[in-house]
Amino acid sequence: MSMLIALTVGVLFATGVFCLLRRCLMRLIIGLVLLGNAANLLVFSAGGLTTGVPAVIPSGETVAPAGAADPLPQALVLTAIVIGFGLIVFSITLIHRARAASGNDDVDAFIETDQL
Amino acid sequence: MSDALLLFLPLIIPAAAAVIGLFLRSQCGLQAIIGVLGSAGMLIAGLLLVARADAVGVIATQSGMWEAPFGISLVADRLAAAMVSVGGLVAFAGAIYAWRDLADGKLGPYFVPLMQFLMMGVQGSFLTGDLFNMYVWFEVMLVASFVLLTLGNKRQQLEGALKYVILNILASSLFLIGAGLIYAKLGTLNMADVAVRLAHPEQADLVRTSGVLLLAAFGLKAGLFPLFFWLPSSYHTPRPVISAIFAGLLTKVGVYALMRTTTLTFAAKAPVLLELIYVISLLTMVSGVLGAAAHFDMRRILSFHIVSQIGYIILGLAMMTPIAIAGAIFYTLHHIVLKTNLFFVSGVVNYMRGTNDLARLGGLVKATPWISVIFFVSAFSLAGIPPLSGFWAKLAIVLAGLDLKAWGAVAVALGTGVLTLFSMTKIWAEVFWKEAPEDANTTDKRTGLWPMLVPCVLFMCITIGLGIWGGYVFAYAERAAEQLLNPREYIEAVLGAGALTTDVPGAGRVHP
Repeated sequence: MSMLIALTVGVLFATGVFCLLRRCLMRLIIGLVLLGNAANLLVFSAGGLTTGVPAVIPSGETVAPAGAADPLPQALVLTAIVIGFGLIVFSITLIHRARAASGNDDVDAFIETDQL
Repeated sequence: MSDALLLFLPLIIPAAAAVIGLFLRSQCGLQAIIGVLGSAGMLIAGLLLVARADAVGVIATQSGMWEAPFGISLVADRLAAAMVSVGGLVAFAGAIYAWRDLADGKLGPYFVPLMQFLMMGVQGSFLTGDLFNMYVWFEVMLVASFVLLTLGNKRQQLEGALKYVILNILASSLFLIGAGLIYAKLGTLNMADVAVRLAHPEQADLVRTSGVLLLAAFGLKAGLFPLFFWLPSSYHTPRPVISAIFAGLLTKVGVYALMRTTTLTFAAKAPVLLELIYVISLLTMVSGVLGAAAHFDMRRILSFHIVSQIGYIILGLAMMTPIAIAGAIFYTLHHIVLKTNLFFVSGVVNYMRGTNDLARLGGLVKATPWISVIFFVSAFSLAGIPPLSGFWAKLAIVLAGLDLKAWGAVAVALGTGVLTLFSMTKIWAEVFWKEAPEDANTTDKRTGLWPMLVPCVLFMCITIGLGIWGGYVFAYAERAAEQLLNPREYIEAVLGAGALTTDVPGAGRVHP
């Protein structure tokens, strides 16, 4: 299971970076989404990957049953997903406006603010 | 006032001001007043925090009474308290400066709330004692800054914002991964607790990955060498008041985060990181100042100078001696005030003449001697001319370099100072000294200028004051540096006395 997650994270990172390095604005967004999800999945797996043991403390006990996954990274990831969602929505809107303003889909066309 | 209230006030005040501002969006006059009041409240809260932190050392509180390391701690040592109050000061000056633009309807109904949300994120990043919480505050700050950067919707702004947004989201992902890996390895995100666990020798090798990831994330936000390209391509596009506040504060949040995490957690365990920061700082200084030399627009030149000045601060951090850290802290405080003021002046010039292009400006020394004086003082303080504040800031860094016999660093620092002087002289000669070109617009617009001048004069006085009475501030910076280099006080304030079973190897380290 952890190998599968590790591979998924790796593939997500690789494709995300690959998309970010393209010149097309659309791929930029896809790259950001993939990269954000790769980061989320990585943090999620930090809590341990176990099945069948819910992280619920039985009544009368004070600690979670042995082998339960740490729920804190899941809470962190939940926060990160919500924040990431907002960021992605904003950047999609921004890219849409930038494309409409410049009439160009090529990242290399956006050099006006860097030119001398 | 209780410590808990003191620590929460800098967060509650901007949150309240932002919400009230949202309700008042149809009345721009009231909104401007709310902006000024909220920022003044932050400034006062910050000053109270400085007084308290300076008197008793580190103060900490746990939100929601969840004990550390399980809850989120808010902590203020002398550095954090100073940053909170300078942040409040910049916001206060910005709120006054924005008065003109708000009255002219150039900033729209959402400027005041957004600026307050931005400040809430900034102050939260300074005060939090938890790594993931810092990530959340960074995002609060980022989202507000994204919208502020694009207020106005001009093509240039969208283009600049595109680079800013994409690269900063990337940095946030790196930050999240770094924090996540620290949790995976150490089982905690509370920075004091991280420091305690790192004191056990077997954990030492595990954190380098996280250290480098966090260095990349904070470095991008601070504008360090290979990662600064978003800064000069976006900071000159929004309204002057927005770029002034960004220029003063946002990169310093990255710098603060670097200072905090490096001294508290990584310096002792991963000295290789310090070597890396050392090299990066030199490259940052040089590349920033060379970029500035190539440009002919006030705000673009000043943006590149942010990068090069960050290099000085980070060099102080990399050297890790008491005087170097104190110099870095003093440099940060001085640079926030100074850079904001230089952008304020560029905004005044833009208001009067309608451009910031050096070729189309000129003759301002005769037209407006007062603004020339303000620019002169700030620009030559930036270059490090005595007796202005920049001289003492640079002196401390250079002295620290001489102490360590880091001749290369001293040479780069001094050379960068000369080149800084060159670009400041360029702006001075082109904008103020030379005769206005014949086709230039010389009908100066002076009506309603005073709200823009008040903060400029205030900051100029602070710059001069920091030069003449800088000893007091420097002594404070030295006390703050002492706290950073001996994390015991910070850790015990957060986790309670006796939290440290083994001795934390102080971050103190001498660079070759």
